[in-house]
Amino acid sequence: MSVLTTNYLTPTGREEAWRFTPLKRLRGLHDGTAVIGDRHSLISQGQLPAGVSFSRETLAPLASSDDIIIERIRGAVSDVAHLSIASNTEVHEPIFLGRGVGAIDSAEFSRVRISLGSHAVATVVIENTGDTVLAEDLEISLAPGASLKFITLQEFDSASVYTARHHAVVDKDATFKSITVTVGGDVVRILPTVEFIAPGGSVELLGVYFATTGQFFEHRMHVDHAVPNAKSRVNFKGALAGRDAHTVWIGDVLIRAVAEGTDTYELNRNLLLSDGARADSVPNLEIETGEIVGAGHASTTGRFDDEQLFYLMSRGITLENARRLVVRGFFNEIVNEIAVESIQERLMNRIDAELERAGA
Amino acid sequence: MSTLEIRNLQVSVNTDAGAVDILKGVDLTINSGETHAIMGPNGSGKSTLAYSIAGHPKYTIVGGTVTLDGADVLEMTVDERAKAGLFLAMQYPVEVPGVSVSNFLRTAATALRGEAPKLRTWVAEVKDAMEALNMDPAFATRNVNEGFSGGEKKRHEIMQLELLRPKIAILDETDSGLDVDALRIVSEGVNRAKENNNLGVLLITHYTRILKYIKPDFVHVFANGHIVEEGGPDLADKLEANGYADYVTK
Ligand SMILES: Nc1ncnc2c1ncn2[C@@H]1O[C@H](COP(=O)(O)OP(=O)(O)O)[C@@H](O)[C@H]1O
Ligand SMILES: [Mg+2]
Repeated sequence: MSVLTTNYLTPTGREEAWRFTPLKRLRGLHDGTAVIGDRHSLISQGQLPAGVSFSRETLAPLASSDDIIIERIRGAVSDVAHLSIASNTEVHEPIFLGRGVGAIDSAEFSRVRISLGSHAVATVVIENTGDTVLAEDLEISLAPGASLKFITLQEFDSASVYTARHHAVVDKDATFKSITVTVGGDVVRILPTVEFIAPGGSVELLGVYFATTGQFFEHRMHVDHAVPNAKSRVNFKGALAGRDAHTVWIGDVLIRAVAEGTDTYELNRNLLLSDGARADSVPNLEIETGEIVGAGHASTTGRFDDEQLFYLMSRGITLENARRLVVRGFFNEIVNEIAVESIQERLMNRIDAELERAGA
Repeated sequence: MSTLEIRNLQVSVNTDAGAVDILKGVDLTINSGETHAIMGPNGSGKSTLAYSIAGHPKYTIVGGTVTLDGADVLEMTVDERAKAGLFLAMQYPVEVPGVSVSNFLRTAATALRGEAPKLRTWVAEVKDAMEALNMDPAFATRNVNEGFSGGEKKRHEIMQLELLRPKIAILDETDSGLDVDALRIVSEGVNRAKENNNLGVLLITHYTRILKYIKPDFVHVFANGHIVEEGGPDLADKLEANGYADYVTK
C-alpha cells in the first residue's frame, strides 16, 4: 500500500484546526511523506463473547470528514477492522482491543469501525500501546437504543505519534459514553466527534490527559446537535508538568436551528504543575436556536492550591504525598467512571509516576 | 509530658499590598494536660497565631521563637510539625476534591505513626471514632470537607484529633457554627482526647459557651496581636459579662 498522490491539501499550521499542532513532529502523516506500511495493528484480546465479531471488511466511511489526515487514510485504505455487536446483545464484561507488535520502520494508516445493533449494550476498551506512528479513522455506529461505553487508553511509548478521529454516529435514543485517556506518546491528536442523527440520544465525552516534558496532546471535540432533544456532556481534565509540556483542548458544540430541546454542557479543567508548561483551552458553543433545555461551558486552568497542600501536610503528610493525593483527587472523578478496576489502578500509578518523573 | 513554648512571637501576613504586622509579641506556655483558652475579638490575630504555629506559608515570622520540648518548631516543615506532635483544628477546614475521608485519614495515620495501620484494627478504630462523634458511616466515602456542613467539618476535625493523637492541639474556633448538641458532642471528643492522651489544648474561641463543656485551666485575653490579660477560669465569666470593649480600646 502506498499513499495515493492525489491533490490533498497539506495543512500549513495557519488553519484553525491545525494552529496548535506541531506539524513538524507528525512524521509526515499530514503531508504525504510518511512511508505507510501494510499493517493492521488492531487486535482483539481474548475470546469474544456470543453476538460479537471482529473481522476485516471493506466498508465505505460512515460519515464525511474534513480532516486532511482522515482523507488521506480513506484514500489509501479500504480494509476496515470491524467490531460488531449484534442487536439486543448485552455484553457484561468489557471487550478489549489492543495493538499487536508491528514493524516500526513505517507508519500505519488504520480504519476501524465499531457498530452496535439496536439495543445492544457493551463496553469496549482500546489499549493503545507501543512505539508507533499511527493515523486512525475510527467510526462508531450506534443503532436505535444501543448503549456503548468506549474507553481508549493512549499509553504509547514516548516517541510515538497518534492522530485520530473517533467519530460516533448516534441514532434514536442511543447512549454513548467515551472516556479518552492520554498519558503516553510524543504527539497525540484526537478528534472525539459526535453526530446525532435522530432525537433522544445521550452522549458523554470524558477524558483525562497528563502531559510531561515535551509532550503534545490535543483533544478536539466536535458535538453536532443536528436533531431535537439530544443531550451531551463533555468533561476533560488535564495535568501538565515539565518544560514544554503542551495540551490543547477544543470544545466545539454546535446546536443547529432544528435542535430544539438540546441539553449540553462542556467543561475542561487543567492543572499546571510546573512552570514552562502550556494548556490551551477553547470552549466554543454555537447556538442557532433559543428553544433549548440548557447550554453552557466552563474552562479553568489552575495550579496547586496552597490551602489544600497545607491542610494535608498539617496532618503529617509530606509535600510529595500531598501533591500526589491532590492530583489523584483531581482525576478521580473521571477515572472512577472507567469502572474497570485494573485499568483505574494502572492509570493512577501511571499518574503518580508521571508526577514523580516531572519532579513536580 | 510535653511543652509548647511561644516566646515573643511576631508575625506578619503577606498581602497583595505587602506585609502587614499582625502578632506583636506573644508569650505562652502550654504543657501536656493543660487547657488554655484564648479569647479575643474578631481580627485580633487568633487564627494568625494558630496558623503560624502550624506553619502556614502565608505568614512570615518576624521575630520570637516557638519550641516543642526544646525543638525549634519554626524550623520545621508543616508535616514535620504534625509529626512532632502538633495538631491544628482549623476554623475553616479545606476541601480536597476527589480525596475520600477514609483515604485521607489512612494516609495521615500512616504518616504520623510511621507505618500503615493494620487494616482490620484501623477500620474498627475509624468506625468507633465516627460513632463517638455521631457521624454517619457514609461519611468515610465522601471527599474531604466537600459539601460538608459547618458542623460536619468541625466533627471531622475532632475525629482527626482523636485518631491522630497529637501531644498539643490548637482548636481554632471549633465551636463556631455549632448548635448546642453538636457543641456538646465535639466537646466530649476533645475531653476524650485530653483524658486518653494527656493532650495539651490551646482553645481559641470568641464565645464563652464552649468553656462550659471544656474546662480551661487558664484564660488569656487576646487583642491587637498580643495577650492583654491572663487569669483562671473566672476571667471567662468577666468577659461574658463585659465583652471585649475594655481591651479593644486599650
Ligand atoms: N491574608 C490576609 N490578608 C490581609 N489581612 C489578613 C490576612 N489574614 C489575616 N489578615 C488580617 O490579620 C488580622 C488578624 O486576623 P486573624 O488572625 O484571622 O484574626 P482572628 O482569628 O482573631 O479573627 C485581621 O485584621 C485580618 O484582617
Ligand atoms: Mg480566626
